[in-house]
Amino acid sequence: MALRAVAISTKTGISAAILVAALILAAVVAVLWRAEFGSGLGPADWAAIRFTVLQAVLSALLSTVLAIPVARALARRRFVGRGLLVTLLGAPFILPVIVAVLGVLAVFGRAGWLNAGLTLVGLPGISIYGLHGVVLAHVFFNLPLATRLLLQAWQTVPAERFRLAAQLGMTPRAVFRSIELPLLRQILPGTAALIFVICLTSFAVALTLGGGPRATTIELAIYQAFRFDFDLNRAALLSLVQLGLAGSTGALALWIIPAISLGGGQDRPLHRWDARGGLQRGIDALFITLAAGFLLLPLTSVLLRGVIGLPQMPASVWQAAGTSVTVALISVVVLLALALPLAGWIATRARGGVEAVGLLGLAASPLMIGTGWFILINPIASPFTLALPVTALVNALMALPFALRILVPRLRDTVQVYGRQAQMLGLRGWPLWRWLILPRLRPQIGFAAGLTGALSMGDLGVIALFADPDSATLPLQMYRLMGAYRMEAAAGAALILLALSLGIFWIFDKGGRWHADA
Amino acid sequence: MKYLTLAATTLFATQAWADTPELVVYTYDSFVAEWGPGPVIEAAFEAECACDLKFVGMGDGAALLARLKLEGARSDADLVLGLDTSLIAAAKETGLFAAATVDADYDLPVTWEDDSFAPYDWGYFAFVHNADLTPPANFRALADSDLKIVIQDPRSSTPGLGLLMWVKEAYGDEAPAIWEGLADNVVTVTKGWSEAYGLFLEGEADMVLSYTTSPAYHLIAEEDATKAAAAFDEGHYMQIEVVGKLAGTDQPGLADQFMQFMVSDAAQSVLPTTNWMYPAVTPQGGLPEGFEQLIEPDKALLIPNGDVPALREEALAEWLSALSQ
Repeated sequence: MALRAVAISTKTGISAAILVAALILAAVVAVLWRAEFGSGLGPADWAAIRFTVLQAVLSALLSTVLAIPVARALARRRFVGRGLLVTLLGAPFILPVIVAVLGVLAVFGRAGWLNAGLTLVGLPGISIYGLHGVVLAHVFFNLPLATRLLLQAWQTVPAERFRLAAQLGMTPRAVFRSIELPLLRQILPGTAALIFVICLTSFAVALTLGGGPRATTIELAIYQAFRFDFDLNRAALLSLVQLGLAGSTGALALWIIPAISLGGGQDRPLHRWDARGGLQRGIDALFITLAAGFLLLPLTSVLLRGVIGLPQMPASVWQAAGTSVTVALISVVVLLALALPLAGWIATRARGGVEAVGLLGLAASPLMIGTGWFILINPIASPFTLALPVTALVNALMALPFALRILVPRLRDTVQVYGRQAQMLGLRGWPLWRWLILPRLRPQIGFAAGLTGALSMGDLGVIALFADPDSATLPLQMYRLMGAYRMEAAAGAALILLALSLGIFWIFDKGGRWHADA
Repeated sequence: MKYLTLAATTLFATQAWADTPELVVYTYDSFVAEWGPGPVIEAAFEAECACDLKFVGMGDGAALLARLKLEGARSDADLVLGLDTSLIAAAKETGLFAAATVDADYDLPVTWEDDSFAPYDWGYFAFVHNADLTPPANFRALADSDLKIVIQDPRSSTPGLGLLMWVKEAYGDEAPAIWEGLADNVVTVTKGWSEAYGLFLEGEADMVLSYTTSPAYHLIAEEDATKAAAAFDEGHYMQIEVVGKLAGTDQPGLADQFMQFMVSDAAQSVLPTTNWMYPAVTPQGGLPEGFEQLIEPDKALLIPNGDVPALREEALAEWLSALSQ
């Protein structure tokens, strides 16, 4: 398979990859360089590393496995509210951690709806706190993401293939084996790796729902090393462990993705003629209902709480909202500038291992990146004046692995199917992007941009070190309200945050899917 | 051309400002919030100092100290406001702080002697619960009860560290046994105060580690009398928040003036209902209405600042092993 047949410039892609790696490594090196003394890793750190990996593996496996039937059901069915549900799938993922945790607790907590229901029918209550609680919350965050990624892949299958399957009278099992299984083999490893890395750096979720210091993650150890011990050496070492784990997992997972081509279609709207039987309908309805309930109940509690809090919100929340939207939009621009050339480069390679570079941005602790860049920038300029660009850049770095996971499979497909044709027509450089790649990738670009904007809205990350006191972002303002006992006003701010994040996500995502029938 | 004029105007305006000396104070985030003490104190001090007072908020007390260590002697800050008694030893070790004398008649339960830092407010740690609950009288009773509590992680939060010191100071070598008894009462451990208090308000626990002054917020700001703090008979651990002057300040005179201002009536009368802590010097008008309903511990506990770092290591190890089983 002559993958190189297409004339995508690899230079910009390689430069983008080097830039990403350099930005992260520079931060680690800066911290190590600044470290004066320090201890190595102790037994408690190793315990933290073990727990981190265990919960991340479980969360990644459960999220991806459960996403398969949900995505399959959504791909096969058309129903009223489907578009809304698909958009809401983005919601848990972009909520600030504490808001999402409170939402999960409103349903599964000690005083939550589930336990209230159990008591009503005379059953003993359940406790959410422990490893299972951590995994549950992580599945709440990531199942929707996995579902969206799988759904995206399902929709890239040419309509002709499902039509042929229907004409041949293939059973759902046969369709699964011949069309859907190869598709899943393409997409599952990367999705699982992505979720593994997200859960690797989780810290507030693990601590709050883990029920105690047993649930210590590497990120908490980094936090402690920076704040209380000011042991930069240990912080940097732990960060390297985290980067190493993420990088190697990512490289391994992406390496096992088979390099096969599925063959092209005519980009017809996707209609399905298969799976019309009652049993199949029932199964799909069951999975969609379960997933929707699992995701929407906590969101409903966020909504109800927020509506009560809205009147108590100070006006400064709106100003903060403005700042956050600005940061989000800049992040989207930075992300696309990094992700498109990188995806172009990765898609023309036979194997996907280098996509792991993107995962580093997510695996690097925001505190680590923030501190590292602070050390580098502070002697040259005031960190406050650079707050906005740094925040946008870090947000874009964090969103990069998602964007790559969204863009690369489709781009790879495009290159394989149309590469030779483009070559014959002499398409190269900008015209190649303009006429072939960008139009075919529009839904993916919209999805990636929407996700980045929304993620950036909800992020608190490096803000703490760089924030200009006069231009707080919305999540920061929300935490300030919580810190001042004003939980109801904070819930109102959380609702605004949810609405704005979803709004940004919806606009980009919808823009991308406009007339693309997805 | 228009932009050039605008730029020139801005430049001149900045230069005009530069004639007024600027005093930069690093503090924790909640101090500078519009509902916090920052804005009121800024206006009051600027009215008497002919200077530009600039509060820069960043995270909490621990984040503040980490930031100072990162910046070192190059820091733009003239003062730091918001370190507490558990961080003073670590702050002094940096050598970044200058000696300062503040003349005040403190109303603290302990005598204050320190050559660099001046207290501006303080509070007692306490478990806050709903008023209809009959609280346990001490840690032993709490450990024997079925009550569920939510606490903060001492590795990431100042109140969490305060609780560690509280148990250590009250029980000494018996502290590990107390923690083992408490292990089944602890629902969960959170990253910071906000998360824990949020969980408590959601009904996830019967009690939450906070301050004796927390019910005052609900009482005064929300007219809600349903929250109370539990009085423990072994005494309550204190948190004293302090302000200090950096050795590298370019405004030493103004910095001294600000430290003195922080213990004056103008600042002290603002703190109780904005920072929800006790003032270090009771203002002339007394405490705001509602504060008289708060519990007053019989005994104030405080580990000498210098002993905190070593004890913290020991207590943290005990806490970790008791709660990890």
